[in-house]
Order: sequence, then structure tokens, then C-alpha cells
Amino acid sequence: MVGLKLLKRSYTFIIFFFLYAPIAVLIVFSFNDSKSRGNWAGFTTKWYSQLFHDQQILKSLYYTIAIALISSVFATVIGTAAAIGIHNMKRLMRKVVMNLTYLPVVNADIVTGISLMLLFIFIRIKLGFLSLLLAHITFNLPYVILSVLPKLRQLDRNVYEAALDLGATPLYAYFKVILPELMPGVITGLLLAFTLSLDDFVISFFTTGSGVTNLSITIYSMARRGINPQINALSTIMFVTVLVLLILVNYRMSRDARVTRDRKEKNKNAQDYLLQKA
Amino acid sequence: MTGCSSANARPTITVYNWGDYIDESVLQDFEKKYDIKVVYDTYATNEDMYVKLKSGGGDYDVVIPSDYMIKRMITENMLQKLNTANIPNLSYIEKRFRGLPYDPGDEYSVPYMWGTVGIIYNKKMVSDTVDSWKILWNKKYSKQILMQDSQRDCIGITLKMLGYSMNTRKTEELDAAKKALIEQKPLVLAYVVDEVKDKMIAGEAALAVVWSGDGIYMERENPDLQYVIPKEGTNEWVDAMVIPSTSKHQKEAEMFINYMCEPDIAFKNADYIGYASPHSEVMKMLDPKLVNDRSAYPTEDDLKNSEFFEYLGDYVKVYDKMWTEIKAE
Repeated sequence: MVGLKLLKRSYTFIIFFFLYAPIAVLIVFSFNDSKSRGNWAGFTTKWYSQLFHDQQILKSLYYTIAIALISSVFATVIGTAAAIGIHNMKRLMRKVVMNLTYLPVVNADIVTGISLMLLFIFIRIKLGFLSLLLAHITFNLPYVILSVLPKLRQLDRNVYEAALDLGATPLYAYFKVILPELMPGVITGLLLAFTLSLDDFVISFFTTGSGVTNLSITIYSMARRGINPQINALSTIMFVTVLVLLILVNYRMSRDARVTRDRKEKNKNAQDYLLQKA
Repeated sequence: MTGCSSANARPTITVYNWGDYIDESVLQDFEKKYDIKVVYDTYATNEDMYVKLKSGGGDYDVVIPSDYMIKRMITENMLQKLNTANIPNLSYIEKRFRGLPYDPGDEYSVPYMWGTVGIIYNKKMVSDTVDSWKILWNKKYSKQILMQDSQRDCIGITLKMLGYSMNTRKTEELDAAKKALIEQKPLVLAYVVDEVKDKMIAGEAALAVVWSGDGIYMERENPDLQYVIPKEGTNEWVDAMVIPSTSKHQKEAEMFINYMCEPDIAFKNADYIGYASPHSEVMKMLDPKLVNDRSAYPTEDDLKNSEFFEYLGDYVKVYDKMWTEIKAE
């Protein structure tokens, strides 16, 4: 039925339009020669040039990216190790730990933010870069664990044992056999952690100080006065950067996908052969 | 942060202010002139700043809160008394901004920016004279009215319209205000925050309640718009510089406050921010068109019925309940 097909396609289009229309407006108005969204006063690139002189915004950008990168890497390493540990726990212990892990996910950000702030004050860590980093690693951890754990459940234990049988040390087996299997979950966890970290306002606001600030805090602080179009310019640059990166990554991934598919075929054949022999 | 400056270390002060509320070049100028490093942080609301300071999470030397929050901080012993000998430029602050209700002795604060709350209307869409809050209840402008999504601003102006104080604790008065706001609800297009500026500039509504600073900005962007202070009076607000009691750099903080009151520095800030300045010299240096614009710089006569918001303390729970009931109706 032609009608149904058209409906299906336009439905998808409407969803994407709904998601991207605000970003399109944002980009268009980054070239508006007026601070207001209400009228178009002419084309200009002054917000872009002003952006590169604005110390506060550049400082926020630097800290945002630095914190996002460092905290997501740390959270991924710790989270993956944690996931493996949790996976190997006894039932009761695992339930307890998983419930604790869920807490920051389920809790309102403000509760996490204020409690972390009070903790840092109590143990006398001055609020600044370190406290902000620790806070970000903390709230990122559960998401990494939740991304890696399903992959662990899908893991075939036999492959690990086969590697040990073939003479690998546990560490070597981990890096060469287990980790590649977990990789999709680990990467998902890493990207999730990175995105959450970039985005965060409430927890960051309460756990930072000493002039360390991120983009979310800077932008929210402008709420009373109205958002400076330099933010539009910055957002446009970030959006285009991420878009280009994603296109590149996607291109590489589709090229590698074929290679991986072939490799998996070979692995499966090897497993079947070993099982037959056993 | 260790104690005050030693012989070789450059002292550092941390300034906590609203976002986009300073001309940033003045910070670099201050650093160069006095060889004191300035660390600058921003916050979005008075309440966020209060939580940080109260729990000991902020080591700030200069903070710029609003009037009612300053009153609260004085009551809770969170502020230091200023040594006015270190702030000679205080003399530039206009007399009408001395001895304000929230800091009657001028012991804790130095005014930074000030303004009012008023009605902005589109001259092409409103045919009646706009000089009273009552126009926001005029059925002719149904669904063309924007109200502030702010508890004290909405309740405050309603109380003013009815002839009461915007800090009242009398139940009959508050009930009357509640009834009026619920009656008004069908006429209101939306309860907005800073979207009001873009909406009015784009001509999406005829009337809105806004702050004077935003009003000046909107008049500039759309000449059809006009800001007025209704005759019943309104809220007058002041943001002022204070020094928290936890600050370990009182002298440097006072130097900073004094520096911010230098005529050319105060002018830079007023020019960038676009709000009204309480500084006598700044008023001389600004564009006379702006200073004579009674939207930006209302006279004392314009403000004779106006009040400052008082900090309500625990009584704010009554206002909270009222606002919840109004919004939920």
C-alpha cells in the first residue's frame, strides 16, 4: 500500500525533523547580527570572532573537554574491571553491588551533586579540578558497568579456558580473548560516559570551584541575562566537529565490519573443531 | 587557599557573579594594576550561590547577590562588615541607593546594578493607555499576555495592583491576590522566563512583565515596544557587591570593590551589561538618551510607590503554597 509506505517514511522524517530543527535554528542564528531570536538583523560572523577572544567561554570549553576525556577514560577502565568482578560474584553479593551501582543512575542529579559536595568539604578536598574530576568519574561509573555487563553475560567461557589451555597467562588471555569480545560494550560505555560528562550541569556546579567551570555551568549562568550568541557559534562548531568525526568513524566501521565478519566465521569454525576433538 | 599574601606569592581573589554580568576586560585591568590574580566563577540564581556558600563549598572573596539574598546572608552572619575606609569610591554611589532596606547602615554591601519590574507592551498591538497593572487583567488582550514564571514577581505585582505591600503577610491580602491570579490564568498566553524577550521582539504577544534591563534591550531591538512602570508602584531591585565572612582576603576584596566603583570601570560595566547603574559619574558618561529614558532610569518620583523584596524567611512557605495552588488551578 503506497499510503502506508509514505506514512512510514514521513513518520521517520518528522521524528528527525523534530530532533534536528532546534539545532538548525541554533546554527542559523549564530550568524544573526542581533542577540535576539526574535528578529533577523543581517548576516555576520562577529560572534565567531568574538568567541575566540572570550576568556570565560574558552576556559569553560577547555575544562569541559578535559574533564570529559579524562573522566570517561578512567571510568571506563575502572568500570570494565568492576563489571568483570561483579560478573564473577556470588548471587547475593552481586545483587547488593548492582543495587548500589544503580543508585547514582536513579538518584536525582541534585542529590548526587550536593552529597558529593558535602563529602568533599568533609574530607577537606578543596573544590576545584580534582573534585570535579572525581565527581564525574563517580557518576559515569554505573553507566560503564551497565554497558559492559551484558557483554560479559554473552561471553562464552569456553574461549577463555581454551586460551588458558593453549598456554596463555590469565592477563594475556584477558587482553587477547576477553577484551575484544567486550569491546562493543566498553566503547559504548566510554561514549556514554563522555556524553554524560559533556552535558552535566547540576553535579558539576556543586562540585567545582576555584574558577574551574564547564560549558553547562557557563551557559546556565547566562539564563538570567539571555544566552550570548557566542554560545550559538560554539555549539555550531562543536556540532560540525562531531558530525565530521561520526562520518569518518562510520565509514571506517563499515569497512571493518566486513573484515570482522570474516574473522568471526573463522573463530566459530575453530571452536567447533576444538569441541569435536574434546 | 592559604592565608593572605606572602612576600613572593601573588595574592588571589575569587569573584562570584551572575553569568554575563561584567565586562571581562575589567578583570584583566585589575590584575595588571594591582598585581592580584582574579579567579572568576559564575552562578545562575541567588539560591544556587547561597547553597554553595552556606555549606562551605565556596571560598569566595567577592560575591554579587540580589537585595533579598543579601538581607538573608546578613541575618545568617554570612557576610563581613566592610571597612569603608578602603572603599573611598563609595562616595560615587547616588544618595538614593544608600541606606536601603536590606542593608540600612551600608555596612555590608556596595550597589552594583539596579532596576525595576514593569510592563513592556507593543504599541501597535495595545490601543489603551498602559499605566496600571490592571491592564494585564483586561479581557481584550486575552492570550496576548506573558507573565513571569516567578513566584514573587507574579504575586508581588498582583499585590501592588490591589494596593497592598508586596511583602505582606496578611492572609486576606494574599487570598485576594491568589484569587486575582487564578482569574487571570485564562488570559495568559504563557508563564515564561527569558523567552519573554524573543517573544515580545518577534511580536508574539502584546503585553509582558519584565525587568527594566530586559525592557531597555527589547525597546532597542523592536522600536514598537515600550517599557513602563505602573502607577501603583513596583519592585525595585539592586544587585550589590558583598564579602563573605569566610573570605581570607578582605583587604584585596575591598580593593576590588573599590576598583569596580572607579568611574571609567563602572562605566565599562554599565555599558556592556546595559542595566542601570547607581554610580553618579556613570550617569554623566552614558548616552543622554539612555539616562533620560525613564524606562532605564526612572526618577524617584516614578518609584514613589515601589518597594524592595524583603526576605520572607519561613513565611515564604505560605507564598510557595499559594503559587503551587495558582499554577495547579
